[in-house]
Amino acid sequence: MKIKLATMALGAVMAAAPVMADLVFPSLSYRTGPYAAGGIPFADGYADYMTLLNARDGGIGGVMTKLLECETGYNTEKGVECYEATKGEGALVYQPLSTGITYQLIPKTMADGIPMHTMGYGRTSAANGDVFSHTFNYPANYWNGASLVVNHLLSLNGGDIKGKKIALVYHNSAYGKEPIRTLEELSAKHGFELSLIPVDHPGQEQKSQWLQIRRERPDYVTMWGWGVMNQVAIQEAANIRFPMENFIGVWWSGSENDVLPAGDAANGYKAVTFHNVGDDFPVFDDIQKYVVEAGNAAGAGDQIGTALYNRGLYAAMLAAEAAATAQKIHGTADINAAMMRDGMEALEITEERMVALGMPNFGPSFKVSCENHGGPGTGAVAQWDATAKTWSLISDFGDSDMSVIEPLVAADSAAYAAENKLPSACK
Amino acid sequence: MFYREAGDYKTSYAADSQTFPIKFDRYRYYFVLLFAFAAVPLLINDYWVNAIFLPFLIYSIAAIGLNILVGYCGQVSLGTGGFMAVGAYACYKLMTSFPEVNILFHVLLAGGVTACVGVLFGLPSLRIKGFYLAVATLAAQFFLVWLFNRVPWFYNYSASGQINAPERTIFGQAVTGAQTQAWATYLFCLVILAFCAVIARNLTRGSIGRKWMAIRDMDIAAEIIGVDPLKAKLSAFAVSSFFIGIAGALFFAVYLGAVEVGEAFSIQKSFLVLFMIIIGGLGSIFGSFAGAAFLVLLPVLLKNLLVGVLGWPTDLAAHFEFLIIGALIITFLIAEPHGLAQLWRVAKEKLRLWPFPH
Repeated sequence: MKIKLATMALGAVMAAAPVMADLVFPSLSYRTGPYAAGGIPFADGYADYMTLLNARDGGIGGVMTKLLECETGYNTEKGVECYEATKGEGALVYQPLSTGITYQLIPKTMADGIPMHTMGYGRTSAANGDVFSHTFNYPANYWNGASLVVNHLLSLNGGDIKGKKIALVYHNSAYGKEPIRTLEELSAKHGFELSLIPVDHPGQEQKSQWLQIRRERPDYVTMWGWGVMNQVAIQEAANIRFPMENFIGVWWSGSENDVLPAGDAANGYKAVTFHNVGDDFPVFDDIQKYVVEAGNAAGAGDQIGTALYNRGLYAAMLAAEAAATAQKIHGTADINAAMMRDGMEALEITEERMVALGMPNFGPSFKVSCENHGGPGTGAVAQWDATAKTWSLISDFGDSDMSVIEPLVAADSAAYAAENKLPSACK
Repeated sequence: MFYREAGDYKTSYAADSQTFPIKFDRYRYYFVLLFAFAAVPLLINDYWVNAIFLPFLIYSIAAIGLNILVGYCGQVSLGTGGFMAVGAYACYKLMTSFPEVNILFHVLLAGGVTACVGVLFGLPSLRIKGFYLAVATLAAQFFLVWLFNRVPWFYNYSASGQINAPERTIFGQAVTGAQTQAWATYLFCLVILAFCAVIARNLTRGSIGRKWMAIRDMDIAAEIIGVDPLKAKLSAFAVSSFFIGIAGALFFAVYLGAVEVGEAFSIQKSFLVLFMIIIGGLGSIFGSFAGAAFLVLLPVLLKNLLVGVLGWPTDLAAHFEFLIIGALIITFLIAEPHGLAQLWRVAKEKLRLWPFPH
């Protein structure tokens, strides 16, 4: 331990000295590989918001932000390399945008004392901050997503989906398997029949899965897909003439890249989302003025206003707000990772603040606490209009069924705490 | 001049048939060992270990294992990823079922379990050869990955199907889990690699290795001179899988800490290790190290050069990495089809004569 502390201190001195003036936000992005279609817009949104803060506000609390981008290719080995390469540079918060990398980084970030924000992905039970002290997944997680899908089906059917058949098409990985447990609980509660249809990485070949769907004739299909798998699934659904309004994806299966390849056939496809869609917000005028016109847009600059760009923007906004909160709590502008963690835990997002940021009604109002790192778990349903080529919300932001999710979170996090002998973080 | 055997007198058979009969070679070997065991642990930090040394050491073990099967015994295998998965899941089940037993035994036992599975999938090699055997081992790859995804018992019924390595210690030092120190994980893997390399080297130059090579060169002729193909082929599969299983166990427990089978042990892994031994040199222990170093270190080096030093955008750098490594592989294979090991051999020949051309 002594050696470790000494090396950490030495490393911190060596690495942090030249960059002390900046707030470092690493961005473990993936702009290459089979998941690049999802990785690029998110990384662009994240980067553009940081650029906007520097250009418009002079950083956060007077300290400039610095984005450290590292290409993971959605690959866990490269993710480890990226984490180790950036953690010595004063990284404040990690957002790996990959459930696989998240699982690896949960113990590592806890040991290194750096917070990690896995917004809408990662390990769902990390919502229990009493066990997962350095992992945050506000404002919503997979199990909220699963519940929101079922809630939408309930509202379509007047509150009764007994005997309906629902198929889950999922990426056969940790990410895709996450919602199964919740959906099973919900199926027991509401009496619908659940069938599980896995698709192996990367998901370019799904003929047999959709043949199975055609044979089983489920009433609804829900999807936990990512990258190229989404567009293939929507195309296949169109091929078997599955009614698109009965096909509901999670938020990672609801971007423009997923529906555009299928053309008009994708009209009516739905996806749940925990933030608003489109570019009709004042913040986009600022981005146009300070980022795009200054020639500083990240990537090709063609993703602004897409669903995943908005998510990257939203993630960056939450990180920046948490950093500002940390500066307020600790009374210093030069915060470190430990202070950042306190800031994330004390984060409060109100509608007034969202309006001030130019993002009215963009996401929910919520307050993070030591016990609850998961946020409110609210979400809405968006539907794709193939002629206008836009997503639009067809429901309000509603609650998910916490009476089902909370016991599951408690059980899973308790198992993790026992396995790793973790003490209670909140006392 | 620098590199010569003249004046290096041997007075016993043992001295004559040792691994490094040339004095210069032997001292170089001792020096490398000393440097790796005594100097490196003092110099490295988390980045060096997790991004460079651990993958290099672990892939070296896997490459040695595959080289025994493909390079020495001539049985082409595309099941390396699947066998690594067996090692990883065996290690996980052992670690969680018998937490009181030392992790070192779990790693070795995981190798043992993989050896049994390897023998099972090696049985078709008695009837089929060459490309057809490659396809049969490909079936092992897909079957094993499917199995570990399908049967929840292997991942202890966790919700996501991920397996996580709990903390385990050796002499009070954590070697798995989050609270590890750079030098501890490095030394743990290095000790196992040294153990594997010494065993592999001595197996391949002993009678078993000669039988493997006889089978590789011409199996009918080998059978006629008295080599039992059943024993030779299956022992090659067993020994090879033992090493690959150890590599898989270390890959999961020490290096990554959490894996999901479809991502970590996919067909890509099988190809990666196969490329390592082809680039490094088939039928050479040194070649396994060289190939692993080439394919593990070069991407990291290029990334740091292109992004860190030249400041390129990360996506452009990632695309160029593929381009450069691909071009280098083709260049190497055209210049020296027998791999980096052969380059090294040629260099040694040249050094022996230097500075006189004849």
